[in-house]
Amino acid sequence: MQDAAVATPSTSARAGMRIGENIRVIGRNLFPFLVVAVIWEIIARLEVFSRRLFPTLEEIFSSLYRLTVAGILPMHAFETVLRLLSGFAIAAVIGVTIGVLMARSRRAEDIFLPLVSILAPIPGLAYAPLFLLWFGLGNFPAVLLVGFVSMFPIIFNSWTGVKAVKEIWVRSAQAMGADDKRLFRYVILPGALPYILTGMRLGLAQAWRVLVAVEMLAAVPWGLGWLIFGAREMLNTDVMMAGILLIGVIGLLLEKLVFEKIERYTVVRWGMITA
Amino acid sequence: MPLIEVDDVSLAYDTPAGRVQGVLGATFNMEESEFLCLVGPSGCGKSTLLNIIAGFLTPTGGEIRIGGKKVSGHGMDRGVVFQDFAQLFPWRTALGNVAFGLEMKGMGKEEREEIALQQLKLVKLEKFANSYPHHLSGGMQQRVAIARALAYNPAVLLMDEPFAALDAMTRDDMQRLLADVWKTTGKTIIYVTHNVAEAVYLADRVIVMTPHPGTVKAEIPIMLPRPRDPLSLEFLEHQKQLLNYLGQGTSKAA
Amino acid sequence: MTMIAQTGANTGLQDGKTPDPAKRAASWRAIRRAAITIGLALATYELIARTGSFPRALLPTIPMIVRTLFAMLLDGSMLMHSMYTLYRVLFGFFLAMVVGIPLGILMARFRRVEQFFLPLVSALMPIPSFALVPLFMLWFGIGNLTTIIIVFYAATFPMIFNTWSGVRSVNPLWLRAAGAMGADEHKLFWKVIIPGASPFIITGMRQSFLRAWIAVVGAEMIAASNWGLGWVIFDAKEFLNADIMLASLAVIGFIGFAFERLVFGSLERGTVMRWGMMRSAKS
Repeated sequence: MQDAAVATPSTSARAGMRIGENIRVIGRNLFPFLVVAVIWEIIARLEVFSRRLFPTLEEIFSSLYRLTVAGILPMHAFETVLRLLSGFAIAAVIGVTIGVLMARSRRAEDIFLPLVSILAPIPGLAYAPLFLLWFGLGNFPAVLLVGFVSMFPIIFNSWTGVKAVKEIWVRSAQAMGADDKRLFRYVILPGALPYILTGMRLGLAQAWRVLVAVEMLAAVPWGLGWLIFGAREMLNTDVMMAGILLIGVIGLLLEKLVFEKIERYTVVRWGMITA
Repeated sequence: MPLIEVDDVSLAYDTPAGRVQGVLGATFNMEESEFLCLVGPSGCGKSTLLNIIAGFLTPTGGEIRIGGKKVSGHGMDRGVVFQDFAQLFPWRTALGNVAFGLEMKGMGKEEREEIALQQLKLVKLEKFANSYPHHLSGGMQQRVAIARALAYNPAVLLMDEPFAALDAMTRDDMQRLLADVWKTTGKTIIYVTHNVAEAVYLADRVIVMTPHPGTVKAEIPIMLPRPRDPLSLEFLEHQKQLLNYLGQGTSKAA
Repeated sequence: MTMIAQTGANTGLQDGKTPDPAKRAASWRAIRRAAITIGLALATYELIARTGSFPRALLPTIPMIVRTLFAMLLDGSMLMHSMYTLYRVLFGFFLAMVVGIPLGILMARFRRVEQFFLPLVSALMPIPSFALVPLFMLWFGIGNLTTIIIVFYAATFPMIFNTWSGVRSVNPLWLRAAGAMGADEHKLFWKVIIPGASPFIITGMRQSFLRAWIAVVGAEMIAASNWGLGWVIFDAKEFLNADIMLASLAVIGFIGFAFERLVFGSLERGTVMRWGMMRSAKS
């Protein structure tokens, strides 16, 4: 009882210190942005460039606000994310399947490896005109291209991951009576998971980069890439900046919220990689 | 005047659990060409003390004098060999590693490579002068590390459990080699180990340390003739004596 | 014991010089199988193209593509396109190294610099370089300047990040050992920190070039005029010239592959692989 009474003020003091520490960290992280913002604002106000090409922060944020409230920006973002996820879903399913097949069967490896090795090094966007030519404009080629491009890192990493599963794990599972199916499900898949996740992470990052570009080229009716590209025609630099900001935020969220979480709950917890 | 004076050296540091005395009031002297072993269980402060002598750590109390001059920071009067094989620079050949200290002194390429080659001969590795560290076994890497620490002719060689990560047989070879190197060069060596037999085999004098706090418990001269026979009765007697100081001797022996 | 260690070292050395016969046989088998697969894939494509169920302009036969490729190589136009693209990509990549490596080093060595730049770099990283193309077109017009800046933007971040983590992960033992041997700050930097961080720096260059190569093709599609491999491909779409597209794709793939294997591969073989430092580079 006495112990608890003594402990309470010291823990609350420590919590107070932690809050102070947090504020300092946030301040330190915000400071560089403040510097950049001030420089930006000075250049804009001095009208070194035309105001249309180099809007003030006020103009950018009022556009951001206006477009958000009107529902235009969320709609564009929604379409983009939807395309991203559908393309990525295709890539994940096909990519993991091919990668695992390649690692488990020699014949599959012989068939797929040369093709994948030839197609993968070509920058994904270089395929865009071909896809547009073959499949027309709009959603279909955009999603297809995103899936196609993000498939390669997933294939490569799943393949390497399954091959890197330690022989002793396989042997000890077999000694403990695991059949092929269970061996795959309980040993090979979790063993290869760090690699597969890395592949998905790389794949999603590629999908994101390609998607923004392909939205500009494929003349889709909605989407952040299209918004930016369209805004150029009208010299709406403020709208462009708002779009770029949103693209950055979504990219950051994908990284922080999706993949770091998944990694933390699986492979980091198993100690297979260090956080 | 003794070559090295360790004068009431202490080092304390703060941990979440409170203040810890890593080393407390360590005092001893060393003559030139002496081979001294610091022995004790892990946590007794022997490595900490070596790092203070090397100048990588600053003591919170007391001081160390080499040739009458107070030690502050590391300097070329001391050569250091660590336990970890990774101490060699992987981007340099064995010869390049050994020549590093001479290069820092500003010696010309030809001259320093000649000296480095001599040093490699001393540890019987002249054939591997142009090999990169990753092509060498653990024992060979440690021999390169010894040659490297000797190459620029420091007054003292400091060794922090250099053979602890080697297998038992290689370890025996290395101890014999080190005894030879010591005999040929007449270096002053401070050698940290937790292996009592190793200390009795190598040392002129053994300093026994005990933990919590890290203090010098005893100084034991080993007067056995060299080369020493680890199976001789006198050798085993010395070993027993050391183990007793460390509180690990059997009750029968006591 | 010494004997065993020596033989061990010998085989280690031999590995680098002469590949053993079993390995060579395996690689020959791989090449043969790859040839068969690719041959089959090409034959399938040719068959589909020849059935005529798709327009020739969209699905040209392989001889048509090869003929176009040769024609473009012979009249020098493909060379010009490649030169333009290479000029842009190498210029941007070079700028990225000049800025990225020193900045990464400064960030790793000085806390203040790190505290200022790390948040900025982390915020800019997730913005795809392509999202900036329209903005830079407004600011810098169409042509070399915009494409080079886009390439620079795409290539700088991997350079910064890898250099930064490379310098931070230099084994402290090496610093101690060098310090004990009398290396001053200047020598410590050039003789220990730079070579020690080199696996990461080389990885950074590799990643940077890959990004730069992707970025240049993309940027050329909308921000270049008349010359450049990306521009050719995109321009060919307007005229339904699938043969030109596929021929250019082959050249793009070839150049990217050549850089990856020949330039960075030999750089790696000459340095970090020779030093046995590859493992630390991968982590």
